[in-house]
Amino acid sequence: MADPMRIRAQASGSNAVVRVLMSHEMETGQRKDASGKTIPAWFISEVSATHNGKPVMTAEWGPAVAKNPFLQFTVKGAKAGDKIAVTWKDNKGETRTDEATVS
Amino acid sequence: MHTRREILRHSAAVAGLLATAGLLPREAQAAWNQAAFEAKNIAEAAKALGASAPAESKDVTLTAPDIAENGAVVPFTIATTLPNVKFVALMIEKNPNVLAAKFDVTPAVEANFGTRAKMGQSSDVYAVAITNDGKALYAKKEVKVTLGGCGG
Repeated sequence: MADPMRIRAQASGSNAVVRVLMSHEMETGQRKDASGKTIPAWFISEVSATHNGKPVMTAEWGPAVAKNPFLQFTVKGAKAGDKIAVTWKDNKGETRTDEATVS
Repeated sequence: MHTRREILRHSAAVAGLLATAGLLPREAQAAWNQAAFEAKNIAEAAKALGASAPAESKDVTLTAPDIAENGAVVPFTIATTLPNVKFVALMIEKNPNVLAAKFDVTPAVEANFGTRAKMGQSSDVYAVAITNDGKALYAKKEVKVTLGGCGG
């Protein structure tokens, strides 16, 4: 995919707040291009995250999520140095995973 | 990709990647809830997510701007303090596709998620929490949009 995800994971008490900025067009399938043809829907359909390799978060998205999607969630029991990996998969089957360390 | 060995190694790597991405048939089918994401109104979306008619609840919160300057990027936070929640969903009533996002709630994360969504026009927005026993509870807020975000 275009650019790596920007992931920021910050310890806050006994949890870690994870903020992710993904790079993706998120086409709704509603737009038409210059020649009047509908641009097909192309969007992230699933997102998941792991904490030190253990799955902790899954989400399903529709085309209504904004372009270059932002995501924020809070992992319980995470501390500085833990690894958070975020994966997305889109409706074309493409996928991307990026990792960050809790600071 | 000259030698057969290289091609085989590449295929194995791709297969491994596919497997870790969860593209095994059973998972792929269960993964994306097409019926829910194609629902055309709130009640239909809630039903497709396995819940009965939604009821308003103070234990579900939706944080959203009163007026969204740019309908293409409207920030939302959906959260709930209810126990036993299976997932929380963000629904935008007047969007062509009502269900924008659905977050599974596991013991490892707080039931508190933020994202940004597109709004085609001013509309009511719902944060819906669906419990393990199929009850749907929601919070709603009217968000005005000055410039619609679905293009076209």
